[in-house]
Amino acid sequence: MRLRGTLLSLGFRVCGALCALTAPAFAEPAGLEYPMRRVAHIFQPLSRPAEMISEAAYLVSLICLGVFLVVAGLLVFIMIKFRRRAQDDGREPPQIYGSTNIELAWTVIPILITVVLVLVTSRTIGEIQNMKMPEDALKIRVVGHQWWWEIHYEDLGIVTANEVHIPVSSRDPAQATPTHIVLQSADVIHSFWVPQLAGKTDLVPNKTNDTWLDPYETGVYFGNCAEYCGTQHANMLLRVIVHTPEGFAKWVASQKVPPAAPQTAEEIKGHQLFYGYACINCHTVDGTVAEGVFGPNLTKLMTRQTIGAGVAELNDQTLWAWVNDPQGLKTGCLMPDMQLLDPEVDAIVAFLKTLQ
Amino acid sequence: MFDTIIDPNFKAPEPERVGEERVSLTRIVQELVFTVDHKKLGLMYIGSGLMFFVVAGLMATMMRLQLAFPNGKVLEPDVFNRLFTMHGTSMVFLVGMPIIFGFANYLTPLMIGTRDMAFPRLNAFGFWVFFFSGWLLYFSYLAAPGLYAAGSAPDVGWFAYSPLTAKAFSRGHSTDYWTLSLLMGGIGSVATAINIIVTTLCLRCKGMTLGRMPLFVWVFLVAAFLVIIAIPPLSACQIMLIFDRYLGAKFFDTQAGGSAVLWQHFFWIFGHPEVYILILPGFAIANEIVPVFSRKPMFGYPIMVAATVMIGFISLTVWAHHMFTVGMTSLGNTFFVVSTMIIAVPTGIKIFNWLGTMYGGKIRFDLPMLFCIGFLFQFLIAGLTGVMLSVAPFDWQLSDSYFVVAHFHYVLIGGLLYMVFSGIYYWYPKAFGRMLNAKLGHWHFWLFTIGFHLTFGPQHIAGFMGMPRRVFTYEEGRGWDLWNLLSTIGVLIQIPGILFFVINLIYSYIKGKKAGDDPWDAWTLEWSTTSPPPEYNFAKLPEVKSRRPLWDLKHPEDPDWKFE
Repeated sequence: MRLRGTLLSLGFRVCGALCALTAPAFAEPAGLEYPMRRVAHIFQPLSRPAEMISEAAYLVSLICLGVFLVVAGLLVFIMIKFRRRAQDDGREPPQIYGSTNIELAWTVIPILITVVLVLVTSRTIGEIQNMKMPEDALKIRVVGHQWWWEIHYEDLGIVTANEVHIPVSSRDPAQATPTHIVLQSADVIHSFWVPQLAGKTDLVPNKTNDTWLDPYETGVYFGNCAEYCGTQHANMLLRVIVHTPEGFAKWVASQKVPPAAPQTAEEIKGHQLFYGYACINCHTVDGTVAEGVFGPNLTKLMTRQTIGAGVAELNDQTLWAWVNDPQGLKTGCLMPDMQLLDPEVDAIVAFLKTLQ
Repeated sequence: MFDTIIDPNFKAPEPERVGEERVSLTRIVQELVFTVDHKKLGLMYIGSGLMFFVVAGLMATMMRLQLAFPNGKVLEPDVFNRLFTMHGTSMVFLVGMPIIFGFANYLTPLMIGTRDMAFPRLNAFGFWVFFFSGWLLYFSYLAAPGLYAAGSAPDVGWFAYSPLTAKAFSRGHSTDYWTLSLLMGGIGSVATAINIIVTTLCLRCKGMTLGRMPLFVWVFLVAAFLVIIAIPPLSACQIMLIFDRYLGAKFFDTQAGGSAVLWQHFFWIFGHPEVYILILPGFAIANEIVPVFSRKPMFGYPIMVAATVMIGFISLTVWAHHMFTVGMTSLGNTFFVVSTMIIAVPTGIKIFNWLGTMYGGKIRFDLPMLFCIGFLFQFLIAGLTGVMLSVAPFDWQLSDSYFVVAHFHYVLIGGLLYMVFSGIYYWYPKAFGRMLNAKLGHWHFWLFTIGFHLTFGPQHIAGFMGMPRRVFTYEEGRGWDLWNLLSTIGVLIQIPGILFFVINLIYSYIKGKKAGDDPWDAWTLEWSTTSPPPEYNFAKLPEVKSRRPLWDLKHPEDPDWKFE
């Protein structure tokens, strides 16, 4: 057990060092609440299911590395030892047709290795897939769309998009507070993958899948849609924000406060345009007539970090650019260019900025 | 004495010189179109496979240019998506399949000592169906937009998961072109596979029992059986997809209660045997080249046959390891883990037997052997990353990541393509009577090998770091930049390698050293006839007494049949 622990932490450190070496530091904005975990490595798990996977993965990788070294070493040895020399006499070498004993040896040894691998694998499959969620576990329903994530907290009455907020759990299994994630799709197959938190699970239309996260440390974890789902598959990005328990309570509370009514003339004009144009056919703003469900819920738009499922960080410029022409930022996305005049864009952006 | 009327001015007419008319382009084309000769068809298969290889390779190059740096602006998203779909479809169906059929066609009759395939006209039919299915696929670039002006070439990925292929998500006709092309190609593949099976089982020369058949032919026999088992599910689901798209069927229509996972089962029941259909011929070529260049008979011939047959059977039971992430039960996942891992055993046996053959030999490092050693080394890596992927939990991390991309390119390039190159260097002298130039060949080998590892090695790491496959762009700062840049540089090194190869093929055809009948001092029947072989292959059909008839001929004091 101790050896396993040492091995795991050694692997963790080596992978961390390699990542640091090869990935230049990204200039993060100042004053972040939680660390940005942009560079993720599956051998650097920070969540229970991902850690279970990496334990099996370390073992398998080491066995494979061992086999590789032995066989490749043998190949190189044979190539050198039995190459035809310059002073060769031209006679054929002894003709050997086979040997039952040797054949038996190199059949049985791989079978034994296979048995070990099968046992390790089936145990890990069972541990992860058949994990019993605690009764009071936080349950989140994630629905995949072309090309964004719809996120429901049914027990809390919150609907958001593209960023999953969860509380941190604990390394101690007795105190763990895992999060149960239910996965569905509204159109084609997508896949939910945040490498440091868990393996990927597909979101299949007309089928409900499950996964769970049990993070050890706070932070913003980066992930992607991992199943090709059409034009903008590459820009179907995902963030999981792991809060401290207090931070999560604060986020939940803030999500439940309805946005303030528009105040300035500009905001009011934007409000009118928003309801006058087709925006409300696709978007919802809670407590209003905007009840469209085809696009992301905008009630608390300004509390999100990104726009367009991660295609850009959310700020005044990107919001303006998006409202002006989503196709410019994310070619082929399903929100059309509404052909707005610049002053109309200004007004709508002013209104959208009240949604916080 | 009889009176004879002799015309003193009589001259015997020139004999009619049939088949020696002036060579012209139209004549050559006519010859190729009309031919039912297995050798010509074999070369046409390989030639058109190489042509599509160049096209699909250029597509890969464009994709790598787009991905060299984060937020690349070289290609539009949809253009990129079409490229990887066409690249994958072409490489599997228009490059891999025809090239292996080409080898089977050219060599099977020569190796078993007969004059042609069992059904020569079916053989020609198979080739032309394949050839036009390829053009049909590429015609989509021109024709698929149709009235909708939506989409041109297919952009649904080479395994085209439903419901992305439904009318709602794939407008226009690109998916239809993809479907029809695969349906058509499938017909050709089944025809050729039946031909290979019948030829092998019925036309072997006198004395060639199944136990004396060259391993090459054995392996192709198993691969051909896999073809006729694997292709029908593919054709079936293509037909179901056409029904869905045009006749209102709901097989894969999830909005109407259909199943998206059903398509995946159908496709991979075809798709995984297909992997072995593609890699077994690589093994087949290695089975010929390793012994000849080690100067020893294949170590453990019966075990090699058994391992091949075992791979054939087990490969039919592993398909859902492509689907570990779709949400199967833990029991289902475990079953496919076990079956997948078992297949590593016979595959391992093969590698060990090749090593056993080399052990104690006198290894000649000519170009065929050089590529073969590259294959052994790379296929070892591919096999081991395959074992890693078979561990379902590990697969939950690696599936659909760049690790998978790296893995199957090590299988198909590092494994199959290297053996195709090896086979071409080995049998080119037989087919054209001239040796391929060794200097150009070494340039080809080293550039391509360095480029190949530089391209696909770093992709393993990108996969570990969470990079999904089939993305046309990626964000800065995720730690993927370096690996992608290395990958692109690798491609730019592979290209001149391939260029040297193509130049070599043409240069040696004209200026290559004369090969003679048996330049490698080899042991199977194809080396007993002339280079190139006459249309009838053998003046007199041979008779064999062992697995290495030419060894027996060259070493009458120590023939194989005494020991087998």
